[in-house]
Amino acid sequence: MSSITTAATPAPPRARRVASRQQWIGLLYVAPAVALVVVFFLIPLGMTAWMSLHNWPLMGEHSYIGLGNYVAILRDTRFWNALRFTAYYTVIVTIAIFVVAFPLALFVERPRPLTNLYRTMFFMPAVVGFASASLLWSWLLNVDSGLFSPAAYDLGLIDRKFNLLATFQPAFWSIIAMVVWKVAGFTMIILMAGLQSIPQDLQEAAVIDGAGPFARFRAITLPLMRRTLALALILSVAGSILAFDQFYIILRGGPRNQTLTAVYWIFNQSFVSFKLGYGAALSMVLLVILVALSLVQLWLLRKPEGLD
Amino acid sequence: MAQAASRSRRLLSRVAEHSTGIIASVLFAAPIVWAVLSAFKPAAEARLPPLPPWPTTGFSLENYATLNSFGEGLWVSAQNSIYVSVMTVVLSVAVSVLAGYGFSRFRFPFKDLFFILILSTIMIPFQSILTPIFLVLTKLGLHNTLTGLVGVYVTLQLPFSIFMMRNAFDAVPREIEEAARMDGASNLTMLLKVMLPLVWPGVVTIALFAFLGAWNEFLAALVLMTDQSKFTLPVMMTALQSGRFGAIDWGAVQAGVTVMMVPCLILFLALQRFYIRGLMAGAVK
Repeated sequence: MSSITTAATPAPPRARRVASRQQWIGLLYVAPAVALVVVFFLIPLGMTAWMSLHNWPLMGEHSYIGLGNYVAILRDTRFWNALRFTAYYTVIVTIAIFVVAFPLALFVERPRPLTNLYRTMFFMPAVVGFASASLLWSWLLNVDSGLFSPAAYDLGLIDRKFNLLATFQPAFWSIIAMVVWKVAGFTMIILMAGLQSIPQDLQEAAVIDGAGPFARFRAITLPLMRRTLALALILSVAGSILAFDQFYIILRGGPRNQTLTAVYWIFNQSFVSFKLGYGAALSMVLLVILVALSLVQLWLLRKPEGLD
Repeated sequence: MAQAASRSRRLLSRVAEHSTGIIASVLFAAPIVWAVLSAFKPAAEARLPPLPPWPTTGFSLENYATLNSFGEGLWVSAQNSIYVSVMTVVLSVAVSVLAGYGFSRFRFPFKDLFFILILSTIMIPFQSILTPIFLVLTKLGLHNTLTGLVGVYVTLQLPFSIFMMRNAFDAVPREIEEAARMDGASNLTMLLKVMLPLVWPGVVTIALFAFLGAWNEFLAALVLMTDQSKFTLPVMMTALQSGRFGAIDWGAVQAGVTVMMVPCLILFLALQRFYIRGLMAGAVK
């Protein structure tokens, strides 16, 4: 029996039963994925909430303490400092990434000879891991064996070698430079995709109407790129809030613990001090912040009205 | 006259454009090139500032040899990293192809719920559930094993790769399957023999992302692998760079960073098309 006749006339019960059994097989196909998500995501997520209500050392018995951990968080000034520093870092690094990535995107958007080569070059640091990039820059930033300080000294820009990692401001801006170097190419590609999706005739019509480049950018490019900009913004913000590798590897949270991020503080509490219950409560706070941001992100990414 | 002026202006703007492009390219490539070249210096020279970046007192592999003598050595960590990355690729491709096919072609109870569940894991970063993952692995007897780490990495890849594979299968016309079914192919043979060749580009994309993700991941490996013989490259290199094996040998750091970067760069340059495709698929949807 061909599929056309099955569609036209109701299938006999037996055939339908076979068909629906066929459909159930789909469950088998997705089962491994669902199992992994349950074991490595759902259960740990539930446990985080459960553990956050306990005093839970690595060894020995854990005990229920209700909201005790959360009360402790309210008084944990170091956590709030870490959270404040993370927010500060997120804002600064996101602005810095956009300031570099947007001009790059405009530069590589139009096809011309060598554009592909430029794109590849700008993008290369993005495929290197954050840990590799941090190790690499920890060497470049080193005062004696590195590049920046000795090079500046040799060029006569400074009279004696300057340790970039010893005080907060130069250390912080060194990290910003490293992250921009690593991430700008990635943001550039996303922004470029947005730029390329703007219909060319719209720009041409605006030129005919006498709009200058700046007016065109403001009236056409920016509004039509809203979703792309939102996406690039979200990726940058989400990545920065969870920053850990670069601060751990290059600065160890220093100088004087001034660059401890939220994830770094949770890591310290959970895996250095082994206060697992307290670490879980801190994680819950971070989680709530991130879910709230996700909701904002869904709203920013909503489809433009009238279009679907 | 006017024509010549406009031609020279065009030439000038082209020169300006390409000088910008070349200068920016050099800035982006410089740190990578610097590390790769400096790693070939003899140990005594590698301690000095890298000016110029290339070896001036002779080409040497001393730094790689030194690196292999720290702790369990470069080779053990490299093997661990290769094992974890390859297993993550194999398993995440297998799981995602099956699930993508299931979500694309079948109707079954809780289908939408399962799909949303898998995608929603993107909203909650694994950094915030690392402690219980540590305990779950201990319960499963996978504490401090590379297999446990692979399980975590595969799960991290699932939202992206299942989403990619479902879309890839959705794009295959149903007529192809119906024709194959007429010829008596079972579900699984059909998936492997008929469908897989058609969604191959998607498979390459998710394999590439899985490899890079696993090869470069740091925090989970740092927390979950406590035994030196289980360290992956980033964890081993960080231990070395923090001076855990004595005074910091910057030559060894350059060599290690080179080993960590080069596979990523080669894969990216070879499979660039698939990488950008994946990025766009993730970005546009």
